[in-house]
Amino acid sequence: MKLDSFADFNREVQKLKLKKQTEKTIITVSRDSTCCLLKGSMDLSVALEKELENHKLTDKVLINYSGCLGFCEIEPVVLIEPQNLFFQNVTAQSVQKIVSEILVDGKIPHGSQTIEKRNEGPFYKKQLRFLTGQNEKIEPGSIDDYLVVGGYSALVKVLETMEPRDVINEIKESGLRGRGGGGFPTGKKWESCRNASAPDGCRYVICNGDEGDPGAYMDRSLMESNPHSILEGMIIGSYAIGANEGYIFVRAEYPLAVEHMKSAILQAENYGFLGSSILGSDHNFTIHITMGAGAFVCGESTALMASLEGKAGFPRVKHIHTVEQGFRNKPSNLNNVETWANVPYIISRGAQWYKQIGTAGSRGTKIFSLVGKVKNTGLIEVPMGITLGEIIFEIGGGIPENKNFKAVQTGGPSGGCLPEGYLDSPVDFDALINLGSMMGSGGMIVMDEDTCMVEIARFYLNFLVEESCGKCTPCREGLWQLLSILTRISHGEGNMDDLTTLEELGEMIKDSSLCALGKTAPNPVLSTLRYFREEYIEHIRDRKCRAGVCRDLFRYTIDKEKCTGCSVCRQKCPYKAISGEKKEHHSIDTEICVKCGICFEVCKFNAVRKVS
Amino acid sequence: MKEIGKIIAEFPKSPESLIPILQEIQEQYNYLSEENIKEVSEKLDLPLQHVFSVATFYNVFSLRPKGRNIVKVCMGSACHVRGSNRILEEIERKLNIKNNETSADGRFSLETVNCLGACALGPIMVVNKEFKGHLTPSEVSKLISQELIEEKS
Ligand SMILES: Cc1cc2nc3c(=O)[nH]c(=O)nc-3n(C[C@H](O)[C@H](O)[C@H](O)COP(=O)(O)O)c2cc1C
Ligand code: FES
Repeated sequence: MKLDSFADFNREVQKLKLKKQTEKTIITVSRDSTCCLLKGSMDLSVALEKELENHKLTDKVLINYSGCLGFCEIEPVVLIEPQNLFFQNVTAQSVQKIVSEILVDGKIPHGSQTIEKRNEGPFYKKQLRFLTGQNEKIEPGSIDDYLVVGGYSALVKVLETMEPRDVINEIKESGLRGRGGGGFPTGKKWESCRNASAPDGCRYVICNGDEGDPGAYMDRSLMESNPHSILEGMIIGSYAIGANEGYIFVRAEYPLAVEHMKSAILQAENYGFLGSSILGSDHNFTIHITMGAGAFVCGESTALMASLEGKAGFPRVKHIHTVEQGFRNKPSNLNNVETWANVPYIISRGAQWYKQIGTAGSRGTKIFSLVGKVKNTGLIEVPMGITLGEIIFEIGGGIPENKNFKAVQTGGPSGGCLPEGYLDSPVDFDALINLGSMMGSGGMIVMDEDTCMVEIARFYLNFLVEESCGKCTPCREGLWQLLSILTRISHGEGNMDDLTTLEELGEMIKDSSLCALGKTAPNPVLSTLRYFREEYIEHIRDRKCRAGVCRDLFRYTIDKEKCTGCSVCRQKCPYKAISGEKKEHHSIDTEICVKCGICFEVCKFNAVRKVS
Repeated sequence: MKEIGKIIAEFPKSPESLIPILQEIQEQYNYLSEENIKEVSEKLDLPLQHVFSVATFYNVFSLRPKGRNIVKVCMGSACHVRGSNRILEEIERKLNIKNNETSADGRFSLETVNCLGACALGPIMVVNKEFKGHLTPSEVSKLISQELIEEKS
C-alpha cells in the first residue's frame, strides 16, 4: 500500500505495532544469512516447523527468521521469548528437543542460558550494537518488521522537519567518517556534491557494496540482515544532496545480499519510500542495483563508476573529484554500505547523541570482522577507541589451542600487521594510521605463532599484484618486484640488501602510484619489516622460518619417543612418503615428502614435528 | 538456455548494459564464446576490442567453457591464516587439475576466490553453490570424493 503522507505513515506504523503485539511464544532463528546457512540453518528451520506441527503448536508460536546476529562461531542460534532463552549451535536434531522440553513440557532445559546472560557474556558485553542490534527483531524480507522497530522514521523526520542543508549540517556535526576505508568526513562529501554545479539538476548517490577486502564481511551482513537501514540512509542522503537516482553496487560473490536488497527496494517502492513524491513530499528518488563482476579495484570510487558505465574498472587521477564529475560525468556521492546504515541513527537520535560515542577524531561505532586465529570469531560492533587487546582477548576470548598471539592485521590487503606491544592502542582512523596500518573496511585478522610474517607479506603482495589494474607503472611493475624479492626470501634465497631495497621501493610506490591501491600496497611489507624484522633476518641469515610455514626452510620428522606406531599418518599420507610397521617407529622419506602437512594434522600424539 | 539475441534484447541498448549482458550470458552458458562476444559487440554497437577488454578485465567472465561442477576455494586472508593453501593443494591432487583448470571430461573446474564473506568459518570452499566451512585437508579429500559420487550433470 502506498503511503501518501506523514499521517498515513504514522497510522500504518501504529497498525503494524498493534498487529505485532502477541501473546504467542516467539522463536527467533538466525537463518537468513550466508554464515548461518552454511551451518545448517535451513535444515534447522524445516525441522522446527515440522516439530511445531507434530505437536500442533503452530498457532501458539510465531517464528521469526532473522539474519546475522554476529556470533558466527556459535550460529545458528535460537531465541525463545517470553521464556527469554538462548541456544547456540542448534541443529535440526537439537531443535526437536528444545521444542518438546520448553513448549510441550513447559520445562526450562538444564543449563540453558537466558538472553540477558548471553548479552552479559564476554562476546556481547563490550559491544555497542546500534547498527546490528536490531537484526534479531527483523526478518530481512519484511519491511513491516523494520517499520515496527522504528524504521523509516528518520526519513519522515527529515522530509517533514528538515531542509537539505539541515541534514548536511547534522551529519557534519555528528563527525561521521566514511566506513569504506578512507575515513573521509561524510557530511563534507555530501556538501561538496550538493554544491557541485549540475546544470541539468542531475546528481547521483551510490552505495559501495563491493566489499573487496578479504576477511571483512560486515557489508554483506548488513545488506543481508537489515537492507532497509541502508536504503533509508540513501534516501535521506539523496534528499540532502539533491539526487533523484541512486545505485547500489554489490560484489558478485554476494548473491544473497543482492536478493535481499532487491526485495527491499520493491517493498520500499510499494510503500512509497522510493519513487516519486515520497510520502507526499516533493522529493523523488529511485534506486537501481548492479552486480560487480569480480575485480578488487572496482571498490575504488572512480573504478566503480567506470564499471557502472560498462567499462573496464580502471581508476582515474584524483584531481577531478567524483563529487563534481563522477558517474556519467555528473556530480556523484559514493558512500560505503555501513556509512549509509549509520545515517538513520544519527538523524533519529541527533548528532549530539552520536558524538558522545567514540573518540575525538572518529565518532560512533564500527563493525569489525574478528577472524583468523581467535576463539570467538564473528562480527562485532564496538565504539571507536576500544583497544585492540579488548577486542582480541576480551570479546574474542584470545587465541585457540593455547597458542601465542603474534599479530593482528587490520585494513584489508594494504593494511598493516601490528604486534603484541600495540594491543593497548585504541582503534580509530588516526591511531591505526600512525602505527603504519589503517582501519580499512574493518577486517581484523588475528595471527598466532604459526603464522610466518614474511609469508604473510608475500601473500598480500601476491593478492595486490593480481588485482592491480596495470594502468600505472609504479603499481604494476613495482609491486611485482616487491613480490619477487619476498618470494626469494621465503625460499631462503634472500640477502640482507633486499631489506633496504624493499623499503626504498615500497616508499617509491607509495609516493608515485595513481590510485590508493598502489599508494597503500607496500603497507604489508613495510609494517612487517617495521615490527617483525627479525623474522626476515632469520629467513635470510639462518635460512629459518620459525613458524614452520616456508616450505624450503623446514622438513617434517617423526619423533621416535612419541611415535606409537599407530600408522594413521602412513595411511593418510597422499604421497606415500611415510613408512613403518604397525606398533613400530615410523619415518618420513624427505625425498618424496611435499610437506602437505596432513601427517602433522592427523597425528594424535604430537609425534610429527617440523625441524629447520 | 536463452538465446543470445533474447538476452541482449532484455536490456536497454546502451554501453552501460554491456556488463549485465555479459554476466547473463556467462550465467546461462558458463562462458563467453567468440561468436557471443561478436554478437554483443554488433548489437550494442560497441567496438569488438572494447567488449573483449571488458570480458578479460573482470574475473567472473571466462572465455573457455567451464566444467559442470565448479569448486571454488577461498584464498582470502582469514582463510589463508587458517591454511587454505593446503586445502587448495589437496583438492588439486584429488581432482587432478590445477587451479583455474577444467578437467578433461568437463566435470570439474577449480577456481580460487578472494573472499566469500564467511570468513569467521574458514577455510571455506563452495561446491557449485553450496558453502562448506571449517575445512581441513584430510576432510576435504572425503568431501570431494562424496561430491564426485553425487555429481549432478
Ligand atoms: C583499491 C581500493 C578498493 C576499495 N574497495 C572498497 C570497497 O570494497 N568498499 C568500500 O566501501 N570502499 C572501498 N574503497 C574506498 C572507496 O574508494 C571510497 O573511498 C569509499 O567507498 C567511499 O565511501 P565512504 O566515504 O563512505 O567510506 C576502496 C578503495 C581502493 C583504493
Ligand atoms: S577470507 Fe575466506 S571467506 Fe573471507
